[in-house]
Amino acid sequence: MLDKTRKGFPLPSSIKVAPGTEAAQAAYPYYTQFSEEDDQRFWFYNSMHFPEPMTVFDMITAEAAYCALGSANTRVHCLPTTLGIDHRIINGRVYIGGNAVTDPAEIARRTEEFKQRAFYYYANWERLYAQWKEKMRVLIEEARDLPRPELPEFEPLEHVHAGRGVASNHYLLDIYQKTIEGYFRMWHHHFEFLLLGYGAYMTFFDFCKKAFPEITDQTIARMVAGFEAEIFRPDDELKHLARRAVELGVEGKFLEGASADDILKSLEQMGEPGRQWLDDLEKSRDPWFNVTVGDGFYHYHRSWNDDLSLPFSALPGYIEKVRAGENLDRPIEKLMAERQQLIDGYRELLETEEERAAYDQMITLACRVFPYVEGHKFYCEHWYTALFFNKIREFGALLAQHGFFEKEDDVFHLSHYELEAAIIDLMTSWSNGSAPRGPARFPKLVAERKAAIETWAKIETPPALGDVPDVIDDPAIVMLWGITRESLETWLSQGELDPNEIRGFAASQGVVEGTARVVKSVQEIDRLNQGDILVCQVTNPAWAPIFQKISGAVSDIGGSMSHAAIVAREYALPAVVGTGNATSRIKDGQRIRVDGGRGVVTILQ
Amino acid sequence: MQSNDIIAWFGDIGLGDRPTVGGKGGSLGELTRAGIEVPPGFVVRTGAFERFIQALEAEAPLRPVIEGLDPADLDAMTKATRAVRERVEASSLPDDVRDEIVGAYAALCGEDGRAPVAVRSSATTEDAEDASFAGLQDTYLWVMGADEVLRLVRSCWASLYSVESVSYRLKHKLPEEGVAMGVVVQKMVDARCAGVMFTRSPTTGDKSVVTIEGAWGLGSAVVSGEVTPDRWVVAKITGEIPVRDISDKHIEQVPKAEGGIEELPVPDDRRQQPCLSDEELLQLKDVALKAERHYKRPQDIEWAVDRHSGRILLLQSRPETVWSSKEAKPVAAPADDPLAHVMSIFGGRR
Repeated sequence: MLDKTRKGFPLPSSIKVAPGTEAAQAAYPYYTQFSEEDDQRFWFYNSMHFPEPMTVFDMITAEAAYCALGSANTRVHCLPTTLGIDHRIINGRVYIGGNAVTDPAEIARRTEEFKQRAFYYYANWERLYAQWKEKMRVLIEEARDLPRPELPEFEPLEHVHAGRGVASNHYLLDIYQKTIEGYFRMWHHHFEFLLLGYGAYMTFFDFCKKAFPEITDQTIARMVAGFEAEIFRPDDELKHLARRAVELGVEGKFLEGASADDILKSLEQMGEPGRQWLDDLEKSRDPWFNVTVGDGFYHYHRSWNDDLSLPFSALPGYIEKVRAGENLDRPIEKLMAERQQLIDGYRELLETEEERAAYDQMITLACRVFPYVEGHKFYCEHWYTALFFNKIREFGALLAQHGFFEKEDDVFHLSHYELEAAIIDLMTSWSNGSAPRGPARFPKLVAERKAAIETWAKIETPPALGDVPDVIDDPAIVMLWGITRESLETWLSQGELDPNEIRGFAASQGVVEGTARVVKSVQEIDRLNQGDILVCQVTNPAWAPIFQKISGAVSDIGGSMSHAAIVAREYALPAVVGTGNATSRIKDGQRIRVDGGRGVVTILQ
Repeated sequence: MQSNDIIAWFGDIGLGDRPTVGGKGGSLGELTRAGIEVPPGFVVRTGAFERFIQALEAEAPLRPVIEGLDPADLDAMTKATRAVRERVEASSLPDDVRDEIVGAYAALCGEDGRAPVAVRSSATTEDAEDASFAGLQDTYLWVMGADEVLRLVRSCWASLYSVESVSYRLKHKLPEEGVAMGVVVQKMVDARCAGVMFTRSPTTGDKSVVTIEGAWGLGSAVVSGEVTPDRWVVAKITGEIPVRDISDKHIEQVPKAEGGIEELPVPDDRRQQPCLSDEELLQLKDVALKAERHYKRPQDIEWAVDRHSGRILLLQSRPETVWSSKEAKPVAAPADDPLAHVMSIFGGRR
């Protein structure tokens, strides 16, 4: 995979579009295609956020996110040493490259700007964060209030009598543009605090690593972690519902293997207790079931609210624990006391009062910013993104009804520009009473692009492209992706290591041996048996309930603060994350050993 | 049996008694006081040595012979010191000294009159811990029977009259009158595994971890470097064990029935097995922290796990010297504006 002569990764120009997928590749916007000049830069595959080939519509997430990340870094907070991140797409994969600032004079100029901006945010964090939550609430409200796009045969009489004067077709474009606008705006909110939050955490992290060279990443993470963070709530709600089911005596309806629909029906039929449980379910669903089963970046990562099968598949296990008298509550007070012991214990180990004072300053700031770092994903990547994709799905249904393509989800094989064109096509034809042109155009494109996604999913893509820079000093890239000169060296030397050993971040300590269950997408998680070791690309809060079943976890993507790491520590399961390629190196059903303290996975077989 | 001016039980002494029991004895006493389990034993005090030398002086001069030597005349030094050593090793002890040692040994043995013990010299001065006094660090393992104990106590004393020790004293003009030594007599541990541990990482100086090294059998194989030990890093605060390097431990040292030790090959099924369980590692960490807290300094510790009782015992604990002698640069200082710290991340090349 790597180019031996250059001691680097392959150049972008050497990566060919898979034969037969050229047209599908061309559907991505021109500004995301690799060009000749891109050979001069270093790129890496953003497998953390985009582990699977992206459909042409879903690519809007890369666009909106990098637009917002870049403006926050480059122009809002003015990070001294970095601008934004460029992205390119090939074979459905997203490669990204940082824009470092290296001229010392420019760094100095930006530093002055940064202090006036970022320091203001830190100094006013709580107020601005409260304001942020309000902005998110409004944004989510606005998205929920957008009406379903519809085209009546005749304009409703009341519109006419009210003198509305604007016909329904216009609202298609209005709703669509508001949907797109809202999504781009949401991503600005997402990045409003993110780098500053990570930066304050990394400041404390670096201090700890210098003062205690052998401290583990997970220990530092535990010192700042909150216990009431939003990411724990969906799973907590499920536990609550399991307890309620037992209290109400309806637990018998939750049979292993029964579908969510069947369970709901049987509860409806059983009268008062069933109805009470369903009321509780409704309370939990809004908002806590708005977690998507992915990272929110793919249209097919549906939320629990859209597909109850995942939360319902976890309920029988929890119910069994409740019946066995197990307390499922997370022992918040105990966890908080333990965290305080950690903070005090390490503080005491410092050499001087001077260092203790610096430590206090840094951890105070890290703990202040952390609720945002932990909490933002629920509002942005989960709740809002689920609303967004569902709104697009409504357009998909409307277009499918008018023959643009077969199924509502086919809409995600159109770019957001093409979708707008299709909507205008439909608006025009509806107004003129003639046939839309889209039905003759899109079915072929959709078929072509579906086939391309399947082809691309089978191609292994290099983890990085181009020459490795001497120094990776971009705080955004180091913080968000954990990419450093050292980690790239490891990628480059993968081939020289023990073929049965896979290394990653030590995420949660302990050693376990068991059967590997390689789960490439969330649709496959019902294949997990009790005691299996989960091997996956990336996990997120929606996966939490399956941690009760497994004995260990391995992921391709993620650092010590990733979801898999946090949940594994909660469940005291050994876990190794950020291995890069465990899902392709480990075969389903193999026996593996996970050493979560060392960050090593061994294929035993 | 009571401690007196000839022998002292570990439980009755501490570091403050170093002038009369030596460093090793004082340290074992101090650990016992701190509530840390060490193999039981007693120290033959400097008073016993003094009585012995006085008895010898009464027969024929000893110290004046040494004081009259010219350190530059190596031939004469070699001859004279050998003669003194032979005299010390061959002469019988004053009755009261002999009775006290024999009595204490019997008390230590209990029913079994021939329990194996270690006999080790215990130097009384900081100087004596200097490398020039290497000859003083005599240790005899797996010694059985009162006669052997008495003989080896004299061997320890005799080592004070090695050429190196004597020339060191002459060069530094240390008076012979002040020369004294304690001798530790301590029950041997039949160790299932043993090793060393540091309450400060020997590789990085990190004070938040305990580094534990151990191998099968007696600790002598680890200390001498004949076997590559298993190595663990245990976090002091969390008890996490982030590093576990299990090595191929091909040999182990075990006691011989007739006394002394022998080296045996480790059977294949145990060679690559970790020699400590997680539970034992955490117990060791706790004991190490107890010692460190007691001494208020990072410690360098020898430990063993008793094959029969499974108990963890410390054989020695002394201050860590390598990192403690380095000047530590503070990692960071408090800033007037606490926010300024973030510039270490955002401010450019680190």
